[in-house]
Amino acid sequence: MTGIRLKPHPTCGWGRYPVVTSVVQRARWLDDLRLSLDRQATLAQGQLRSYGDAGLAPSVVSTLELNRILHFEPDTGVLEIEAGITLDQILRFVVPRGWFLPVTPGTKHPTIGGCVAADVHGKNHHVDGSLVSHVEALTLVTAEGDTIRCDRSDYADLFWSCFGGMGLTGFVYSVRMQLLAIASDQIGVVTRRTRDLEETCDILKSTQTQHRYSVAWLDVLHRRRRGRGLVMLGDHTQGASMKAHGARTIRFPAVGPRLFARPVMQAGNAAYYRRQLRRLHHSKVHYDPYFYPLDGLRDWNRAYGRPGFLQYQFVVPFAGGLDCIRAFLDRICNTTTCTLAVLKTFGDGQTGPLGFPQRGWTLALDFCQTPKSISTLQDATSLITDAGGRLYLAKDAIMRAEHFADMYPRAGEFLAAKRRYDPGKRLRSALSDRLGIT
Amino acid sequence: MRPTPTSRALILGARSQIAQALAHQFAAKGVALVLAARQSEQLAPIAADLRLRYDVDVDLLEFDALDLDSHVALADRVRQEAGPWELAICVVGSLPDQQLARQDGHIAQQVLATNFTSVCVCLGHLANDLEARREGGLICVSSVSGDRGRQSNYIYGAAKGGLSVFLQGLRNRLAPAGVHVLTVKPGFVDTPMTQGLEGLFLVASPEAVAADVLIAWRKGRNVLYTPWFWRWILLIIRLIPESIFKRLSL
Repeated sequence: MTGIRLKPHPTCGWGRYPVVTSVVQRARWLDDLRLSLDRQATLAQGQLRSYGDAGLAPSVVSTLELNRILHFEPDTGVLEIEAGITLDQILRFVVPRGWFLPVTPGTKHPTIGGCVAADVHGKNHHVDGSLVSHVEALTLVTAEGDTIRCDRSDYADLFWSCFGGMGLTGFVYSVRMQLLAIASDQIGVVTRRTRDLEETCDILKSTQTQHRYSVAWLDVLHRRRRGRGLVMLGDHTQGASMKAHGARTIRFPAVGPRLFARPVMQAGNAAYYRRQLRRLHHSKVHYDPYFYPLDGLRDWNRAYGRPGFLQYQFVVPFAGGLDCIRAFLDRICNTTTCTLAVLKTFGDGQTGPLGFPQRGWTLALDFCQTPKSISTLQDATSLITDAGGRLYLAKDAIMRAEHFADMYPRAGEFLAAKRRYDPGKRLRSALSDRLGIT
Repeated sequence: MRPTPTSRALILGARSQIAQALAHQFAAKGVALVLAARQSEQLAPIAADLRLRYDVDVDLLEFDALDLDSHVALADRVRQEAGPWELAICVVGSLPDQQLARQDGHIAQQVLATNFTSVCVCLGHLANDLEARREGGLICVSSVSGDRGRQSNYIYGAAKGGLSVFLQGLRNRLAPAGVHVLTVKPGFVDTPMTQGLEGLFLVASPEAVAADVLIAWRKGRNVLYTPWFWRWILLIIRLIPESIFKRLSL
């Protein structure tokens, strides 16, 4: 690893907001992670697929060249990989061998290290929990330069703190996880068109025990029937082929003007809603379009123009949750244009002290980044905390520190672990400085 | 002349990013690999990765390019520790800070030793082995900077230029024995070697370079500029008369 000639350059997350000027070292071996500490790296960085500032710091070490498969058991589906391998690369390896990721977010581009840091969840949280439930052990380099292998019994506090810890507990080198066996690369999909938010929620809740995957796309711009949408239920199914996804994508050409005026989005939502004319539709598709519909258009975040966009994802308990969602949408929909809304349910899963999932509704919303949308969302956040909910740090760029303390009651537990393994407070990110968890 | 099929390839300087990309290319074609480098145990993750992805034999071999005496027995060592081999791929090299190398003779000497002397000695011994067996071949990564001396990079350039000439001679000598020699001249490649350098342009990925090398090797090409446009850029640079060239700041 060379470190002498490095120049700072602007970096940003997937939301393209905020931008932090950063020196990026490149790690190629386990040892480079330790050496990068001596060169002032304070955070490991992967594909920068978190939306806000979780992956940003003035000095980081990139793990993208730590992308090797270290161990694989074809009979049991145990996989050990380096932290910088992307889900895309993992799928190319495991799918032809009859295995699948036990949990996957809605894009296959993040690194597994980033997935650990965010403790990602998928459309199957109500059945399978978040990523932590499927990881057996982590190897990481702590802020003190020690290489530690941690699991549920050894260094358990460190293990749990890594999931949801947004990279603040150390530089993860490798991840040992249990894959999910599949019979084919096909997903059986049931799509149900709903009239309004109540029906969407009813269907999501009543089908929880019947399908492994469930998610609802919402039309929140429709005036009278806000929250109507498409509920997409899925399961791995039988089929003849066991092929990984192809490489064909279209690239969004350049950062230009923002393409999302409100009437355009309303028309777009209506068209998407009417894409399915029947109330109920059965189909069978490859996992790629089912799990990763937006990956087909690379760099789609450029469509939001230079200011970028905000994603805002929160979870609220089932009790009173629907009222909270309604109040929240009332508050924000008149002043800002929401470009995408996705609703899911969370079940009871294991989490670390900063884990995001808790039993309830989780709603993810995209907004154009403007000063007005930021202040509107910051003000509306108290609705979430009052309902006993919280925001997802991997998506967040704007939360205030006082809200964080209300949302994450176990933050003290996290900080205790961080102090123990990082007494010098060396590991930090733009997010940790903003929320006071450095 | 198309080279004979390869069952096992020896990669010298396997630590480099280009070497790793080449290892993937050849392993994907079912070629077993011997990865030779200093502190070769550090390459264990690469070896595990290649074995799992491509189901090929991968061995690690301790190799110090600067230890010239050890090169005599290298061909036999590979045969003993891994098995028969037909192809040697040499990716040994290091790019110095030209300013430092100008001031410090030891650095200049080291640049010449790693990029030129050690590679020539090592490939010379391997060539003797291949010539006697009348099979296989050599791929050696030189550089476009060896095509003309420029003030910004002439010490490294001289070593790579000398290496290119050495490979020309080796190709000429080994052709009757049916041993093929491919000289690879990459332009700027996105590796830790070039990270943060001033004035980089048309930077290629190591994977793209490695894919080019595999195609050139299978087609039996002699000299490969990669990516392809460097052939024409260098042609223009070579054609500039020295009386003009000496006044340019390249």
